[in-house]
Order: sequence, then C-alpha cells, then structure tokens
Amino acid sequence: MNLIAPCLPSYLDQSDEVRARFERIRSREVILEVRKLGKRYRSPQGEVEALRGIDFSVRRREFVCVIGPSGCGKSTLIRILAGLDRHTSGEALLDGKPITGPGQDRGMVFQGYSLFPWLTVKKNVMFGPRMKGEGYDQAERDAKLWLELVGLEKFADAYPHQLSGGMRQRVAIARALVNQPRILLMDEPFGALDAQTRAKMQSHLIDIWKNIDVTVLFITHDLDEAIYLADRILVLKAHPGEVQEVIEVPVPRPRMPGQFNSPEFRATKARLETLIHPAPEPLPEDEQAVKPHMIRFTDVHDNVE
Amino acid sequence: MISRLFGRAADIDARKRTLLGIGSFLLPLLAWCLISYTPFIWHPKVLVTDPGGVDYFQVDMLVDKAMFKEEVANMQQAHLALPQGRPSNPIYLPAPDEVAKAFYNGFVNPPRNTDVPSMPASLWHSIQIIFWGFLISSVIGVPLGILSGTYATLGRLNEPFIEFFRYLPAPAFGALAVAILGIYNGPKIAIIVIGTLFQQVLIIANTTRKLETTLIEAARTLGSKNLKLLTKVVVPGILPDLYRDQRILLGWAWTYLIVAELIGTSSGITWFITQQARYQHFDNVYAAIMTIGLIGFGSDLVLARLGRRLFPWDRTQDRQ
Ligand SMILES: Nc1ncnc2c1ncn2[C@@H]1O[C@H](COP(=O)(O)OP(=O)(O)OP(=O)(O)O)[C@@H](O)[C@H]1O
Ligand SMILES: [Mg+2]
Repeated sequence: MNLIAPCLPSYLDQSDEVRARFERIRSREVILEVRKLGKRYRSPQGEVEALRGIDFSVRRREFVCVIGPSGCGKSTLIRILAGLDRHTSGEALLDGKPITGPGQDRGMVFQGYSLFPWLTVKKNVMFGPRMKGEGYDQAERDAKLWLELVGLEKFADAYPHQLSGGMRQRVAIARALVNQPRILLMDEPFGALDAQTRAKMQSHLIDIWKNIDVTVLFITHDLDEAIYLADRILVLKAHPGEVQEVIEVPVPRPRMPGQFNSPEFRATKARLETLIHPAPEPLPEDEQAVKPHMIRFTDVHDNVE
Repeated sequence: MISRLFGRAADIDARKRTLLGIGSFLLPLLAWCLISYTPFIWHPKVLVTDPGGVDYFQVDMLVDKAMFKEEVANMQQAHLALPQGRPSNPIYLPAPDEVAKAFYNGFVNPPRNTDVPSMPASLWHSIQIIFWGFLISSVIGVPLGILSGTYATLGRLNEPFIEFFRYLPAPAFGALAVAILGIYNGPKIAIIVIGTLFQQVLIIANTTRKLETTLIEAARTLGSKNLKLLTKVVVPGILPDLYRDQRILLGWAWTYLIVAELIGTSSGITWFITQQARYQHFDNVYAAIMTIGLIGFGSDLVLARLGRRLFPWDRTQDRQ
C-alpha cells in the first residue's frame, strides 16, 4: 500500500461529514440482504463454482458498486438478484422476502442492447406498466414522465435504432424505473459507451438517484466509475467468486468530476488497484532468462524507437 | 484495383445496384439473342425453304446440317434442283421474339385450341393450389415452429421426428395422397403441405431460438411471463425474420407445384406446359415457364417491399 502512494491518506480515513453520512445510511432499513450466497454451474467441463459465501446487505437509497476481475461472478450475482438465475446455496432477501424469480420490485439495466427494437421509445417505457395491467393512457402518462426525467421526451416516437448508445441506455433506465422498483440492478450499463458519453451518463445517473427513492446496485469494472458513483464498493475476487472487501468510499458528496484528483479519491483507487491487480510476483530465475526470439521483418535502419 | 473489384455489397450505391440488377437479366437475354439471331453461332439445323429435287424434304422442315449438305451434294451429282434452306436452331430453342409473341398471345388472344386450357386459366388454378397448400402448412407450421423454438421440451418432442420426416421426398406420397384424397385438388395441396410444413417447423423454430435472450430477460424483469412473454416479446421479436422465412418457404412451395400438378388428373400450368410440349409449341412452353418465374420473382419483390413497410425497425432489410 505504502509503496504505491506514500503521501496519501488511508482510504479508511473519513471526514466527519462522510462519517455522519454513513451513520445515517446505517440507520436506514435494509432493502437487500444476501447471506452465504453460492452458485455452482454444471457444465460439460465439470462444475464451476462461480460464487461462494457472498455476504452483504444494501440499505434503502444506498448506491453500491460491485467490482472485480473478469469472470469473478459479478453478472452471476446480479442475475440471481434479478431472479434470472437460481442460486445453489445461501439466500437472497428483498425486504425480507426470498427472491425466487423476476419481479417488478427489481429493475434491471443490461450492458448490451436490451430495448425492444419493434417498439418506439415511449412504448418501450410503457412495457412494464402495461404488463402490470395499467391502462394505455395511464401507462403513456407514466412513460412520458419518466422520459422527461431522462431528458428524452423529444424522442418518444423514435425507434431504438435511431438513438445513440447513451440515449438507448437512458431509455433502458427509464424503462426500469417506471415500475418504481425497490432496487435498480445495473450490469455494466455504460460499458459499451465512449469515455465522454460515459462521464455524462454517470452524472446523469447520480442526478436521477438523488431525485427518486431508489436503491442502486451497480456493476462495473472501471475503478473510477465505482468510486465516483458509490457509497460503498463490494470488491469480489475470482475462482471462486468471493467478497474480498467492502469499501466505504471516503469521497464526500455531492460528487463532481473535479474530485477525481482529490486525495480520498486517489487513496481509494490505490486500494482498489492493489485488490484487483495485485503486484505481479517476481518470476522464477530460469523463466526470467528466457527471452522470446524476435525475428525482424523491417529494414535494419527503419527504427521506430 | 482488386479491392475495388471485390467491394462489399454495402458499398455499391443504389443506382449502381439497380443497373447491375437489370444487367443480370440482360446478360442471359443477350446470350439468347446471340444464339438465336446470328446464323453462324450454333444453328445446327437447316430450315428447308425449297425442297428442290429431294423427295422427302418439305417446306419448313428442320434437317441436320450434315444431312442437308449431303443432299445438296447428291443433287449436284444428279443434276437436279438444289434444295434451299437457312441455318436454324432446333425446335426446342425458339427465338426471343417467338416466345414474346407466344407470351402476348397467351394472355391477350383467346386460346388457339379449345380442348387445351388457356395459360391464364391454368395459372390461376396453380396459384390457388399454392395458396391453399401454403396456407394450410403455415397455419400448422408457424405456431408449431414458434412453440418448439420457445419451449425446449416441446422442441425435443417433435423436432427429431420432423427432422426424419423431411427427408422423405414429398412426391413419394403422391399415390398415397390420391388414394386418400381423390384425384382432384386434394392430393396436390397435400403434396405442397408435405413439402413445406416440415421444413417450415424446423426453420421457424430455429429463427425463434435466435431471438436475443437479453430481450426475453429484460421482458421478464419488467414483469412479463408465460403467454404474455410469447405474444408481446417472442412473436414481435422474430416477426421480421419470420416474414423472411415465409418468403423463402413460399419459393419452395412453388418448386413442389410442378410435381403436385402431375398427381391425379394433371392440371394447372404444368398440364399446360406438358400439353404444349406434346404439340411441339415450345414458344408456349417457354412463355409459361417464364410466367412462373415472373410470378414467383414479382411476388417476392412485392413482399420484400411490403416487409420494409411493415417492419420499419428492422435494420437487416436495409442491406437487401
Ligand atoms: N451458464 C454458465 N455455465 C457455466 N459457467 C458459467 C455460466 N455463466 C457463467 N459461468 C462462469 O461463472 C463465472 C462467473 O461468470 P460471470 O459472467 O458472472 O463473470 P463476470 O464477473 O460478470 O465477468 P465479466 O467481467 O467478464 O462480465 C465464470 O467463470 C464463468 O465462466
Ligand atoms: Mg459480466
């Protein structure tokens, strides 16, 4: 730790303001509780233990990010919570009730393209309310309201393929939120966006979260994104997927892009880096000696370095 | 240069595409014209215009070139009148203008022979057979395909059998169909159904399985399940592809038509073609064959256009 950032404060240090905020969060009721959750996949190559003994809870209106190396089971975890996959051990409770299948109390935003291409933006958002049995007019009113919230009321009658990637994800967020879920599950929702759009979407998401009563569980593999968004970060490790650490982000709110260089931010990032990309172990003597034999295909004088 | 020759299909702009498309029809037509109208290309026969001294020659008789030459030599030796003739193609290859005339006459002028059905009447009969065959097949095949593609258990329950059945050639059921359904339209429609249905179930089940799972999962998280999931997500999700499949299957149904129409009492366009071939009216034969092609191609073109109207969100149609 100290080797990497000798002059940074510890990521565990919290200002009074931040500490008070975490006190307040802890006083709220638990929305999502995950206890000793495990998942084994049976595949032709044998059993894969994707998750083992996952323990954590999320309180109302908390913003929790899940981070971890590729293949550590992040998607598996969120899919179990969404009710799309079944866990093989432990339990997952929403408001104290076990999760057994998908439901409108949980909204999900996928990484990939998940809008219904045959429906206009407005009808995509109306999908949930209509499934709930709401009348067309009521559903339309709801949809318009939520489209306004994500700033896309002008595109209500466009088809998804006419929108940019960022706009599509905004529609997907509106479509999930219109059902007024207790928790919003997001699996790398901005993973496919370019850096600029992504930054905009992050602040936009925070704005939405601030204004409505929703709890967010957000998966990402981008460390900056996790720190910028989250109250707490759940760090997973792979093979099998287990909780490595739960970090309370010491960066004060409201969050602003300017905070990326603050000492708290850098301290947290340094900690995440050591957890996720541990320093490579020195190679054994004989392996170090082997240099790959590189054949040169260009002119001897044509040097690039 | 090479890269320009092998340009991707999408790089060719619309006008060039139309031109190339017309060209693809003009090239074979040009070849046909060359063979028909240039006497020194092919023309293996001689059309006798004046029999001269040859006793078995008649005006408008087609003889082999070699035989004609031999007879000319014979007549020269015998000092008789030389036969006259001009190079000609065999009777089974009429020239484009003859076929065009037959085509025009077939539709505009009344039939020359009253005991033979006219081309429009024959065609109309064929179209009805296709329509009913394809409709019956679709009424069973489309729902079964969608259900098999959606529910793995149902798919396993019928697909292996269908896979086996589709290898049984439909025409092989001809005699059986006649025994059961009589000699008129019943067995013909049955052959088209047998030829189409089994492919249809497999193709549509496959199309259904290719629907993006994320869409189904998204719908489930939004609260839809069971029948609603099927009618509000699966069906609209595959609709453009389903439509494309149906277009291809309709083309297959046409290919079964010819066999179907030979079963029981011959009828329709196939009957017309065989009759005309028997009388050696090959111009009519070609005109009828081309009409089938035009109807198939034309209806597919119309359906493709319609598809673009019906499914404005479908991006794959832009590339066609
Ligand atoms: N359907 C499945 N069958 C078998 N193994 C699976 C299945 N789905 C996931 N796995 C395995 O479970 C582990 C966790 O997968 P998961 O997709 O949850 O990882 P992830 O953290 O989301 O990865 P990424 O960052 O690449 O999205 C992986 O080792 C994967 O191979
Ligand atoms: Mg994943």
